[in-house]
Amino acid sequence: MSVIKNQIKAINDKGDKALSIFLTSGFPNKKNFTELALNIFNAGADILEIGIPFSDPIADGSVIQKSSQLALKNGINISATFEYVQEIRKFSAKPILLMGYANPILAYGIERFAKDSYYSGVNGLIIPDIPVNEQKVFYKNHFNNLDIISLIAPTTPVNRIEMIDEKSSGFVYCVSINGITGINFDKEINENYLKTIKNTITKNKTLVGFGISSPNDAKKVLPYCDGIIVGSVIIKSLLKEKPPYQKTLNLVSELKNSLIN
Amino acid sequence: MLKYYKFPDVKGYFGKYGGKFVPETLISPLMELEEYYKKLKTNISFLKELEKLNTEYSGRPTPLTFASNLTKHYKGGKIYLKREDLCHTGAHKINNAIGQILVAKRMGKDRIIAETGAGQHGVAVATVCAKFRLHCLIFMGEEDVKRQRPNVLRMKMLGAEVIEVTSGTKTLKDAANEAIRDWVSNIENTHYIIGSVVGPHPYPMMVRDFQSIIGIETKKQINKTEGKNPDKIIACVGGGSNAIGIFYPFIEDDVELIGVEAAGKGLEFKENCATLTLGKDGIFHGMRSYLLQNEFGQVEEVYSISAGLDYPGVGPEHSYLKDEKIVSYFSVTDEEALEAAKMLSKAEGIIPALESAHAIAYLEYIMPKTKKDEIIILNLSGRGDKDMETYKNLFV
Repeated sequence: MSVIKNQIKAINDKGDKALSIFLTSGFPNKKNFTELALNIFNAGADILEIGIPFSDPIADGSVIQKSSQLALKNGINISATFEYVQEIRKFSAKPILLMGYANPILAYGIERFAKDSYYSGVNGLIIPDIPVNEQKVFYKNHFNNLDIISLIAPTTPVNRIEMIDEKSSGFVYCVSINGITGINFDKEINENYLKTIKNTITKNKTLVGFGISSPNDAKKVLPYCDGIIVGSVIIKSLLKEKPPYQKTLNLVSELKNSLIN
Repeated sequence: MLKYYKFPDVKGYFGKYGGKFVPETLISPLMELEEYYKKLKTNISFLKELEKLNTEYSGRPTPLTFASNLTKHYKGGKIYLKREDLCHTGAHKINNAIGQILVAKRMGKDRIIAETGAGQHGVAVATVCAKFRLHCLIFMGEEDVKRQRPNVLRMKMLGAEVIEVTSGTKTLKDAANEAIRDWVSNIENTHYIIGSVVGPHPYPMMVRDFQSIIGIETKKQINKTEGKNPDKIIACVGGGSNAIGIFYPFIEDDVELIGVEAAGKGLEFKENCATLTLGKDGIFHGMRSYLLQNEFGQVEEVYSISAGLDYPGVGPEHSYLKDEKIVSYFSVTDEEALEAAKMLSKAEGIIPALESAHAIAYLEYIMPKTKKDEIIILNLSGRGDKDMETYKNLFV
């Protein structure tokens, strides 16, 4: 069984929900990123999702775009990201996911990427522009040691959700609203969609993400899923402060507390 | 010579290129679009409406003009020009805009978005949105808004909202990124009119089909005038829609097809946008295709004097046609394109768009190798009014 699924299950078994926190690799500061990542874990994150910066992140809103651009400017690439993961692994065994767009991975070499992911201690992979239909050609057989986390969205029909659940491992990433990361939660979340998530996804755990920025937002989705993913609000907070990023860490703790039964 | 060409396959691939590399939110809408479009392709009332608009609104068929002075100048084969510059709004872009607005209307979408670089596609979309009374948003990089002021004004006069894009390099690729983000966020009521044979399936196929009217007409016209197919067809390639448009109906024939890319200031990284000449296999804007990128797979700014060719990607079908050697691709520099624009203006009384001038420039290379009985057709994809700011240095 996958490390990620185990971790979420252990949390759920206690009656709690899981918290996955997104950070852009090497952001905001190249030098103390490892420390930041460990502090995020200590503040309450159960899973860390590290974003590999890309010049053209079409699934992301302005906040994560900005962090990607800054990271690229600081020379962050896939190799640097693997080094961070290796460093973090020395101090923490909690699940680490990589989130990245297809092209930098294609340029790095898919097989090489899979191997280096595994050896540096990555547990799973999210590539938003490789939908399930394209996975076979892209991943080939190189990723047997990693969880491939697929996404569903409110536009995904039920029979397709079933198919995605079947093909996904670790958990299914449930996009909350039709939109990009950092989207405002003013748009009401479709309750039928949330019910579909709860009733249709049986093989995998379910984490809901996109637009969740507060314990109050989390409350709206918690009855229907196994945990949440929070990204943009963390990046936004990091953009505003300096090390040791106390406000951001407090926010992580607040979010985690709201997930505890 | 090819006997049988049938691409894309059912998954939307041209060999290994193409596909649907987009976030999950867009998958079902793309499948829906594909289903709709497949039905419309054989729907008589749709095809009649399309033909009527092409004839009465856009001014088709466009003429095939014998370039007598150009032919004399090169002392080789006979040169004909396919006059897409005479289409309503001044370029072939309207062919696709008309086709897609009819699809959008039948799908019940009331909000249209599009990306534009030079503004020609933006103007074409703004035009059809005015005609069909649909809400129109055009995404355009901040840099291009500054460079292409007359087209920004045209779009506004036509009632479109022009959104200045300030992310990334602030040019065409980022305008397309923003359009995709908008589409993801407004999927229920919005249709995205992509401007070239790029993006996720079914766009490369659908845009090709609407642009194929260029080649279909050309084939009829040249066979009527000369009693045979041409020997060579030349077109410029940015995303590649005018080129596919004229090539596609000849693809199974014994005709030499030549695509001309922009070599900009030369073939150094970031100094050009010769994607097929210098790019590598990549995944970008929803498609797998050749892509200009750095060693880390990041897409950086590209360059051409012609804003319409200034794109780091290229249509996936071109990538396939290149690998299979069905079409040959070359590139010419800014300087060669400018010289060609000057020459065509004086020789034939036709001021070409800077994009089309790249195809004309290639005549210098190919014409000395032609025989008198050969026929060469050049796709004159647009007119040069929009480029006068750049051209003025050629004669003052």
